[in-house]
Amino acid sequence: MFKILQKKKLAENTFMLEVSARKIADKAKPGQFIILRIDEKGERIPLTIADKKKNSIILVILNVGHTTGRLSKLKKGDTLSDLIGPLGNSSELDKFGTVCLVAGGLGIAPIYPIAKALKEKDNKIIVILGAKTRKHLFWEDKFIKIANKLIICTEDGSKGTKGFVTKAFEAVIRKEKLNRVICIGPPVMMKAVAHISKQRVKTIVSLNSIMVDGIGMCGSCRVKVDGKIKFACVDGPEFDAHKVEFDNLMQRNTRYDKIKHKRCY
Amino acid sequence: MASSKRLEPKELNPEERIKSFDEVNLGYTEQEAVEEASRCIQCKNPLCVSGCPVNIDIPCFIKEIKEEKFENALKTIKKTNNLPAVCGRVCPQEKQCEIKCILGKKGDPLNIGKLERFASEYESNDKNKDISKLKESVAVVGSGPAGLTCAADLAEIGYSVTIFEALHKPGGVMIYGIPEFRLPNNIVFKEINNIKNMGVKIETNHLIGRTIEISDLLKEYNAVFIGCGAGLPKFMDIPGEHLNHVYSANEFLTRINLMEAHLEHSPTPVKIGRKVVVVGGGNVAMDSARTARRLGADVTVIYRRTGIEMPARVEEVKHAQEEGVHFMMLTSPMSVLGDKEVSGIRCIQMSLGEEDESGRRKPIQIEGSNFNISCDQVIMAIGQGSNPLIAKSSKLKHDIRGNIIIDENMMTSLAGVFAGGDIIGGNSTVIGAMGDAKKAAQAVDAYIRKEKFI
Repeated sequence: MFKILQKKKLAENTFMLEVSARKIADKAKPGQFIILRIDEKGERIPLTIADKKKNSIILVILNVGHTTGRLSKLKKGDTLSDLIGPLGNSSELDKFGTVCLVAGGLGIAPIYPIAKALKEKDNKIIVILGAKTRKHLFWEDKFIKIANKLIICTEDGSKGTKGFVTKAFEAVIRKEKLNRVICIGPPVMMKAVAHISKQRVKTIVSLNSIMVDGIGMCGSCRVKVDGKIKFACVDGPEFDAHKVEFDNLMQRNTRYDKIKHKRCY
Repeated sequence: MASSKRLEPKELNPEERIKSFDEVNLGYTEQEAVEEASRCIQCKNPLCVSGCPVNIDIPCFIKEIKEEKFENALKTIKKTNNLPAVCGRVCPQEKQCEIKCILGKKGDPLNIGKLERFASEYESNDKNKDISKLKESVAVVGSGPAGLTCAADLAEIGYSVTIFEALHKPGGVMIYGIPEFRLPNNIVFKEINNIKNMGVKIETNHLIGRTIEISDLLKEYNAVFIGCGAGLPKFMDIPGEHLNHVYSANEFLTRINLMEAHLEHSPTPVKIGRKVVVVGGGNVAMDSARTARRLGADVTVIYRRTGIEMPARVEEVKHAQEEGVHFMMLTSPMSVLGDKEVSGIRCIQMSLGEEDESGRRKPIQIEGSNFNISCDQVIMAIGQGSNPLIAKSSKLKHDIRGNIIIDENMMTSLAGVFAGGDIIGGNSTVIGAMGDAKKAAQAVDAYIRKEKFI
């Protein structure tokens, strides 16, 4: 059993859980994820580790489906029956020079530990955060502390620049000499960012394909990268954005849309 | 004179059983078991035992059944096999003990598997067997047939054993893979409980190589046994394999067996196909086909060789046929058809040529023989590769396929770390993994005695 130590609303429909998990916290590195199951009757869902403390991990959840809806109703002191991690490969962390981190929606959470670690490696960090409205934005305060430059975009212009992150990213890539781009968000956003950075700067994306076990056993999360079948759970979740077949990913992510009473996360 | 015909236990009739996941084979009654056991002629030099990967004293337990000493029969089996209820159901007996049975020369071999299953039901309640504990301890990676067997054997010797399982339930392939109509979960859990009652601890949700490294385990335990199974499903790398509703057999079976996706209460989704094509000819292909059939699909198995070469157990093929699964032999897929979702599969006819390195005749494509089968779901059951996670993270020597390399004592390139079952390139059977695990348990014991001078 894994105890919920803290629960906090971060933004519209978005909340944070701090879960007691000493062994996972001990090993977790930026870019890795966990799979959880609420109880005996629950499904397994993957969530990226957004931060960690000595004996606990921080998960950020967008309430969009069955299990995330159930998670949103849990309180401090409640428990999760199953939690496994850290899963997947950790991010490549090095002194690249200037790194632009582009995050959209829930992607803001998983990009935070990567940004923090890259800052610790003495990189110049430019962060672009995108949200639907200012109400959907979170962790601005955490990013201010580590980013050399922080750009906020909202679709309705209620905060920062009006429009998608791609517009801001185009401006950054024109002005700055970037050594690395890291992008996490909805596949359509990652595809657009990859399109802009192609043949200009190496770009890494973290893929959110549908998983079951998360340990390489089932192949549900497979995606084509460089023409080859890769499993997001064990070969990823991060891949070279310019080699990922995003259309394939987006199509496979619609697999269970029609099975409405059992919508996947 | 004993009958040359073997007695088959009753089975659920095919029309009824495809409406549920209830176990198909009902097992012997006491009377039937005694009658079948009486056919054994108690060979002085019993060949059946040599066919058993864990060397069960078969003539002895058969004699005990004949004499209606059923609990003794189970005790005899359990001397070398801690999972009799499982093995009695899923072992390929026709290729192991029964093929060697002398009765098979003139009639049917003795039904050893079904008698083993029968005996397994006579568990005496010797809960919490007090085995004197040694202070040495062993970590076991994986709670499938290999892990459980090795753990039980080591616990029997007196070691304190902890099993680490990645999934949320123990049992490995016996839980996520083999469906309930062939091996009910409660049978597996009963066997697991028996092993727990020997003092073995099971920690779920631990992925070794990520949650804990092998090097961490070596600090806490005197030795480690890796029995994590193969675990990476193979795909054919043909066009259209990325389409929605192309599943690996592992994904399809895991969603249903482990996550109960076919049940209304389960939030885990699964595609319930109307017309399903299963690619492959092994037990996993049969399990997938029969599962899809129970979910209401019209199911066709395509296999590139013929029935003679099919690796599945004879009983599984027979059951699949009875349940209305169609078989298309000498058929190989070329591509999966469809736009976003599967709408069919393009196949080609094969013929058999010369024997290949596996000793089976190699299938060759017949040019121009392409044809399409329409379907809305494709399940790839063409085998598995080894998950390289543990080998890579702890730098164990492994081959290009990811199989961990071991020496003659089942020890890996790291001292004190042993491995067995499918992760060393085993033969993909429960009993094969158990045979390895038994050998490894002996080697672990010898290693600890040598190193620690017990």
